[in-house]
Amino acid sequence: METFIAGISTLSLARWQFGITTVFHFLFVPLTIGLGLLVAVLQTAAYRTGDVDYDRMTKFFGKLFLVNFAIGVVTGIVQEFQFGMDWSRYSVFVGNIFGAPLAIEGLLAFFMESTFLGIWIFGRGRVSKRIHLASIWMVSIGTILSAAFIVAANSWMQHPVGYAIDPKTHQAVMTNFWAVMTNSTFIAAYGHVLASAFLTGSVFMLAIAAWHLRKGHDLAGFGKAARIAIVVTVLASIATMFLGDNQAKEMEAQQPMKMAAAEALYNTSSGASFSLLTIGDLSDNAVFQIRVPHILSVLATNTWDGKVQGINQLQKAANKKFGAGSYVPVIWLCYWSFRIMVGLGVLLFILGGVALWLVRKRRLEKSPRFLRFATWMVFAPFLANSFGWIFTEVGRQPWVVYGLLKTSKAVTLIAPGYVAASLIGFTAIYSLLAVIEIGLMIRLAKVPPAIETPSEAERVPELIY
Amino acid sequence: MRVLHLITPSGLDQLWFYLIGVLWLGYFFLEGFDFGVGTLLPFVSKDDLDRRVVINTIGPVWDGNEVWLITAGGATFAAFPLWYATVFSGFYLALFLVLAALIFRGMAFEFRHKRDDTKWAQWWDRAIFWGSALPALLWGVAFADFVHGVPIGANATWTGNFFDLVKPYALLGGLSTLLLFTLHGATYLGLKTEGDVRVRSRAIAMRLAPVALVVVTAFLAWTYQTAHTMHHVGLVPPLLPILGLIALAGVGWLVRDNLEGWAFIATALTIVAFIATLFLNLYPNVLISSVSPHFDISIAASASHPYTLKVMSWVALIFLPFVLLYQSWTYWIFKKRVTRPGSSPETEHPSTNV
Ligand code: HDD
Ligand code: HEM
Ligand code: HEM
Repeated sequence: METFIAGISTLSLARWQFGITTVFHFLFVPLTIGLGLLVAVLQTAAYRTGDVDYDRMTKFFGKLFLVNFAIGVVTGIVQEFQFGMDWSRYSVFVGNIFGAPLAIEGLLAFFMESTFLGIWIFGRGRVSKRIHLASIWMVSIGTILSAAFIVAANSWMQHPVGYAIDPKTHQAVMTNFWAVMTNSTFIAAYGHVLASAFLTGSVFMLAIAAWHLRKGHDLAGFGKAARIAIVVTVLASIATMFLGDNQAKEMEAQQPMKMAAAEALYNTSSGASFSLLTIGDLSDNAVFQIRVPHILSVLATNTWDGKVQGINQLQKAANKKFGAGSYVPVIWLCYWSFRIMVGLGVLLFILGGVALWLVRKRRLEKSPRFLRFATWMVFAPFLANSFGWIFTEVGRQPWVVYGLLKTSKAVTLIAPGYVAASLIGFTAIYSLLAVIEIGLMIRLAKVPPAIETPSEAERVPELIY
Repeated sequence: MRVLHLITPSGLDQLWFYLIGVLWLGYFFLEGFDFGVGTLLPFVSKDDLDRRVVINTIGPVWDGNEVWLITAGGATFAAFPLWYATVFSGFYLALFLVLAALIFRGMAFEFRHKRDDTKWAQWWDRAIFWGSALPALLWGVAFADFVHGVPIGANATWTGNFFDLVKPYALLGGLSTLLLFTLHGATYLGLKTEGDVRVRSRAIAMRLAPVALVVVTAFLAWTYQTAHTMHHVGLVPPLLPILGLIALAGVGWLVRDNLEGWAFIATALTIVAFIATLFLNLYPNVLISSVSPHFDISIAASASHPYTLKVMSWVALIFLPFVLLYQSWTYWIFKKRVTRPGSSPETEHPSTNV
């Protein structure tokens, strides 16, 4: 089988395809999870209080939620089939274990999300108000459940548990489903992913509300939406940071090379310092660095003088254990993606804190500079999410299943032309979708909702689509 | 790392072969009319309002229907990793086309009405047509290839290329599903709409039914000629396809006599019998090699370990009934015919029809 085309291998094409399509899928996923919950909260407030402001906000953000959900769905299907298309040797190796959560996700979560979303979109006025409210909650619970199964599957790749290797077929087979679903890596990652998804939803809502508040549109409605978003932003950013730190400790225990790469720490040291910023190259002799003493040890081990292993020592140990080869991931990418994520996390916490302070001082609506800043911060959670995954996945290389299967042994044996064709195809389609989606989102987000009387708000549209 | 004690294979792998068959049946039964409605969109509507009526008939349900495909894919991955890996990498470009089509179709439903702009809506209408017709055709091509055999060599490696997948037999299979799904969509629209759209859908159904009957009969006859293994199954072999053909033959009459509910049931039956015939034809293999029978991939050889299958069986046993329950409930909620705003319709469709 010819595996190169113009010097490019099937492997690298497949990796680019997976990276591009997955990061694209995950631009929309956290917003679906986060905004889904917030829309459910808004609608609950409308239901409980009968306040038309909340009702208007439910419809306004509900529209944005639906546009976003649609892209999440269509890009998700690609994700599911791509394992078989590009990573067939991987699929055969892990199917026993990895396939189960994926199938269960469909049965438990996707059916629930999509069916109840249909009821929610088309049911206004056709089903009772309670059922209509319940259906958005079912959608939200569905998205949260779906994240559980997919992250459990991913965590198994980061830290395989509950399995054995079949001596005849050389496949990994499941021996303990419970162990797979209670993997410590999964528990840690799930919390962080959910918290960051809620943060994504709340920052998105805050950013749009801030834009309208600055323009003076619908102060009653957007003021209320902003207040909910601010509370969630503060809580979710604290949870994200706390749970992320928790994940770092799991990581140091399970994938020390990833931690070393994240810090560009070449040699094992005790009481290791945390590198805030580096100028120059990330090798041992950088031009300029800001380092905070002992903090890396605290981050990674929770002790002041804890030992953090270095790249050189880990590479040697891996050579002994797994045979010759490089076990070092792309260091600059790990180093910088980790820093961007953490930096944005801190920034978002500050955003939430300042906003809360302004609300308490009753000055939020009168602070145009802050409102403008809040609107621009809409990009931050999306960047942080993408870099979080890029760090997690790149830092795991050269393994696709940590310690068991190398990425180079996972790829389908197929001529690179096929992969090149679909890579070009998907990239073109996704770029087009991105342009259309963002254009539509901006249009919808800019039009302030019409102020309706309660009876107008009750009107049942005859045609929805 | 513990070394495994291989447990003797249980009947679970057989069960999962059939369960995956059921998931595909569910998918084609449900998404079949979505595809049909999408394919018929340009032919049954005269203005934008008509088009919106047509799209709204499947609006609340199409996404839930698509999840049958996602679950079938996931279940295949989990229960038969080798099957999943070999099919999806082997049908690479065909699958890419299906995915691209499904992407555009899904976006179109959600986006076309979001702007007051005729050009914008027209583009999305094209996406709905092609995004429905193309998968309707390609799924049939793929399933015909499964039955007929695909170029698989030793160790489940794919030895062919894209053009091995588009042989005349497979194309006839594709034409069959395209016609069946379109007909299914026409009977669905007859049941779910009022006025002109309903009249046009019924006219199309009556004209399409005989054509579909001829094509599907030809395809099934050809299948029967080349059938490898149908006699392994306890069923009287031709019973299922003949049942399907009888149902299909009745569609035109049922539509003409205003028995729209029954007509829809008839097209549903035809699809179920058609797909089930192909699945039973595969048994006891999951993939048939056109290179040599030695390279056929059997259920037993590709199945996951019994433990995985046991976990999945419990999950399916507990949760599938809920899924069926709430999906049926959605159809109940949205059972009324979709009408043009302002028209005064008989909203509840006469229950005598079903
Ligand atoms: C942390 C959460 C998360 C992660 C890591 C992923 N997804 Fe996802 N996915 C979701 C969370 C989610 C969701 C929130 O449930 C979505 C987004 C929008 C939606 O409709 O559901 C979704 C949609 C979605 C769909 C369409 C479901 C439908 O039609 O309703 C499929 C098939 C997948 N995903 C599959 C995958 C695969 C195979 C992934 C691995 C690479 C993946 N997703 C990563
Ligand atoms: C259950 C969820 C996931 C699974 C099973 C998974 C699996 C994989 C696999 C098989 C690869 C191929 C190996 C490679 O290309 O190096 C990969 C790479 C990658 N994944 Fe994930 N992934 C998951 C979630 C995500 C998410 C949500 C993102 C981000 C949005 C992501 C980002 C990436 C990136 C950027 C790569 C490329 C890394 C590289 O090529 O070096 N992954 N992942
Ligand atoms: C200051 C705060 C943060 C810390 C200490 C932190 C820590 C971490 C760590 C250590 C990982 C890698 C886990 C692994 O590979 O084992 C990770 C991954 C990730 N982070 Fe963060 N993070 C922070 C902020 C954020 C923010 C603000 C977001 C998004 C809004 C975010 C989203 C993600 C995502 C999506 C992943 C990949 C999925 C995962 O492995 O959990 N993180 N984070």
